[in-house]
Amino acid sequence: MKEKPDVLQGTLALMVLKTLDVLGPQHGWGIARRIEQISGDLLAVNQGTLYPLLLRLEHEDSIASEWGASENNRRARFYRLTAAGRKQLQAETREWEQTAAIIARFFKLKAEDLT
Amino acid sequence: MKFLRRSLIRLSNLVTSRTADQRLQDEIAEHLAFQTEENLRAGMSPAEARRQATLKLGAAQAIREGHHAEHSIPFIENLFFDLRYAVRMLLKSPGFSFIAIATMALGIGATTAIYSVIDATLLHPLPYPNPSELVRVQDDLPGVGAQNVGISVPEWRDLESAGIFQSVSVSGTGADVNLTGSAQPERLSYKHATPNYFTVLGVDAQLGRTFDPNDATPGFNLEAVISDGLWRREFGADPHIVGKALRLDNDVYHVVGVMPRGFRDLGSTSEERNTEVWLGAGMAGLPFPPPRRGLRLQSRAVARLKPGLSIAAAQEHLDALVESLKKQYPEEYPSQAAWTVRLTPLSESVVGSVRQSLILLFGAVGLVLLISCVNVANLLLARASVRGRELAVRQAMGAQRTRLIRQLLTESLLLFLLGGIAGCAILFFTRKFLLQLVPESLPHMSDISINWGVLVFALAVSVAAGTIFGLAPAWLMSGVDLIGTLRQEGRGSVGSHRRSRARQILVISELALSLVLMVAAGLLLRSFWDLFKVQPGFNPDRVMAIQTWLPGPNDPSQDIYRTATQESVLLREVLRRSRILPGVEEAAIGDVDALPLGHSNPSPLPLIREGIETMDNQAPVIDSPIVSPEYFHLLGMPLLKGRLFSNQDLEDTPQVAVINQAAARTYWPNQDPLGKRVRLHLDARELLNSAKPAWTTIVGVIADARTESLANVATPQIYRSIYQHPAKSLAIFLRGQLDPSTILEQERSQVQAVDPELPVFRAEALGDVLSSSLSVRRFSMEMVAFFAATALLLAGLGIYGTISYVVNEQRREIAVRLALGAQRGNILKMVLRRGLGLAAAGAGLGVVGALIVSHLMAGLLYGVSSTDLPTFAGVTLALATVALAASYIPALRAMRLDPITTLHSE
Repeated sequence: MKEKPDVLQGTLALMVLKTLDVLGPQHGWGIARRIEQISGDLLAVNQGTLYPLLLRLEHEDSIASEWGASENNRRARFYRLTAAGRKQLQAETREWEQTAAIIARFFKLKAEDLT
Repeated sequence: MKFLRRSLIRLSNLVTSRTADQRLQDEIAEHLAFQTEENLRAGMSPAEARRQATLKLGAAQAIREGHHAEHSIPFIENLFFDLRYAVRMLLKSPGFSFIAIATMALGIGATTAIYSVIDATLLHPLPYPNPSELVRVQDDLPGVGAQNVGISVPEWRDLESAGIFQSVSVSGTGADVNLTGSAQPERLSYKHATPNYFTVLGVDAQLGRTFDPNDATPGFNLEAVISDGLWRREFGADPHIVGKALRLDNDVYHVVGVMPRGFRDLGSTSEERNTEVWLGAGMAGLPFPPPRRGLRLQSRAVARLKPGLSIAAAQEHLDALVESLKKQYPEEYPSQAAWTVRLTPLSESVVGSVRQSLILLFGAVGLVLLISCVNVANLLLARASVRGRELAVRQAMGAQRTRLIRQLLTESLLLFLLGGIAGCAILFFTRKFLLQLVPESLPHMSDISINWGVLVFALAVSVAAGTIFGLAPAWLMSGVDLIGTLRQEGRGSVGSHRRSRARQILVISELALSLVLMVAAGLLLRSFWDLFKVQPGFNPDRVMAIQTWLPGPNDPSQDIYRTATQESVLLREVLRRSRILPGVEEAAIGDVDALPLGHSNPSPLPLIREGIETMDNQAPVIDSPIVSPEYFHLLGMPLLKGRLFSNQDLEDTPQVAVINQAAARTYWPNQDPLGKRVRLHLDARELLNSAKPAWTTIVGVIADARTESLANVATPQIYRSIYQHPAKSLAIFLRGQLDPSTILEQERSQVQAVDPELPVFRAEALGDVLSSSLSVRRFSMEMVAFFAATALLLAGLGIYGTISYVVNEQRREIAVRLALGAQRGNILKMVLRRGLGLAAAGAGLGVVGALIVSHLMAGLLYGVSSTDLPTFAGVTLALATVALAASYIPALRAMRLDPITTLHSE
């Protein structure tokens, strides 16, 4: 059982939450495809790794799930964001933006220093 | 919060775990279906679409595992799994399991047994609340070489008001008293104590009350507190006992309370711990001497420190107090006596004498435990070669090393725990038998029992041992060389080399440990033997001592045996009647101090020599038994010079005394002691009839005898005649062909024919007294010897196993050698050399360890040095013999190898 690096795990969770936030309830494959589309080839993870993560998020009460009918009339399990999940997403988004901003400033500073 | 929630869900999932997996399977099937459709739309063939979808999803099994890990608690799941597997493995090889568990049961059982003794003696010596606050207060006069000289009433009052203690109580050292009025006059151990005695100990009565701590009656307050045992035995547990009269030595006391069951008086001797009556007294009125600073009571002072005050801090305060008292009363405390007051933890007075023996025992049993553990570790390693293949397969399947170690550790822990449980169970069922082995004279006030603390100890030992000794084999076993092992049972692989080296280290340590134990046992055995063979200086053969006790009422004028003249009438008649008993050849009488090795607390008296006159409380103290003239001959103590007592030395003739060589050497070095005059500070009762004791002349010197303790060559003694000094606690000595079962009755009828009020009790053969004085030594020697034998046996098994293993490993090599024409004798030698090499390494290490240990136990040895060469050499030889014998069987097997079949079979 190979562990994924934590950052990737964390970001993947964030992507899942964001996907559900934007698109509303989705089934597993839908989420996997969405993430694939958005991140392009940069994130070549096996789709399967998504499922344990979904379970974890469900245990953490960030998402909820129930069986439903999919667009082509299959029985599929749909995941949706809960209120707590939305809060978590907002918090994590803020954190990410902060981190990204700091890193960006840091890099900028570096470049100026070198010249 | 989140974490908690997740954990809770996981915990509940442990119980209901199937549905989640099913749900995942459905979802994955779903996912694949979506992805396949997607792929079909992208123009793949159906089969290809399916394959790509599966590839994209990743390994389904890994996902399931990840999902499962997310869903439950893998640690616990794995633990259950490991446990199941471990139990299966144990059942698969019952022989191995049985040996390992039995070995551990022995080690842990024995350790727990000794620990339960230590728990009752060293760890919980005092069954009183907050025992650490209790201290013993001792007055010393180091300037004149006197220790523990007792405390005077004014000093006691100074201590009480010093602000260091919650309260200080003074008590007698325990004595006997006659309980009359029942059918048979009974003799009881009693103790008189200041009324705050029970307050200091912190124990209250179960019925009635204890003494009022503020009671200020100067003499006996005629209140008695009795023990639970006496209450049940003599009074049939009468609920209305409080207020009843109790006749003790013709004085009438009133029972005010009954102590709870299990309350024991403190003390280092069994007599003192069997105290059944406590009498309250202020220590300052009759029959006690007047409360003057210079008059010390023969007493024990026990105090309870103020809460939170350490003994060291209290001692500092006390030293300051002593200094100021010395300045205040310069006559009472002359500087050359250097009066000091010393605080010692009360527990020390209970167990101080046996601590070393018990620690030695614990060390010995700890070594046995270590050896057991090493043996089991060895067994586990031996199994590694058998299980190498299984482990290699599991590693090839991708099991991580830590996972393997965890599983192997679970197995060894299970073994050790089962061993511990078995050990405790055996202990529990044999405890009655085992308790009989513990000598009566071992001081302990809490009962030796298997309580929760002891069980927790056993459990902790099992787990610790299992972890430590399971880890090493697990580590070595899990590091197998994959390819080599799978190709051919690890022959010559790196792993097996490391394993066999580990086994050799284990065996060497085992041999070393058992050598240490055997040396300790050997030295103890020799000490004991020397003590046993020692010439005690008196002849205990065919001598019996029977005790009696003359009542001493609190008002001396009521005492019919007040003077020596009055008492001698009784004594001469008792002796006359004793001599006509069947089988009696000789009879003599002495006081309890004259009982060789039998009296528990001699009360030495200050000795004042003519020409070196000092005050009573600054004189050196000396044991002074009181005996009848026949005593020396009866016990076979030879006279060296001068004369013994005669029947004409009476109360109104000059006082005479006989000393032993030690006293002559100590107090009159290089002089002739004959004719020298001394004064002994007399006991309180005599003080009342003569204000100043007359000079006593030394008329004879006898040879030294070991009457104090067999290990003690000579204590200064000064003997006085019983016809000149009345004594209350008497021992009647009889020599002859005596029947121990009837002699007590016969003697009792003779004594009571003279005075029916006298109790006659405790007939002992001096030979028994002699051997029981050695009982704690004997106990520790026997135990250590037993442990050493066990250790030797285990070490023998260990070396046998290792050499067998080595032979097994070298089968091919030996076969090749034989095929090339090696002599079978050489093969035998080769293998034996391996065994001897191990033994030599073990012995070398062991001798170093043994030297350290024997040096530490020097205090327990007698007549043998801690580096006794014969012991060391003999033990090393014995170990080498065992090692050789253990190597011999596998060596024979190696010699008889058939090279053809061996080489073919591989």
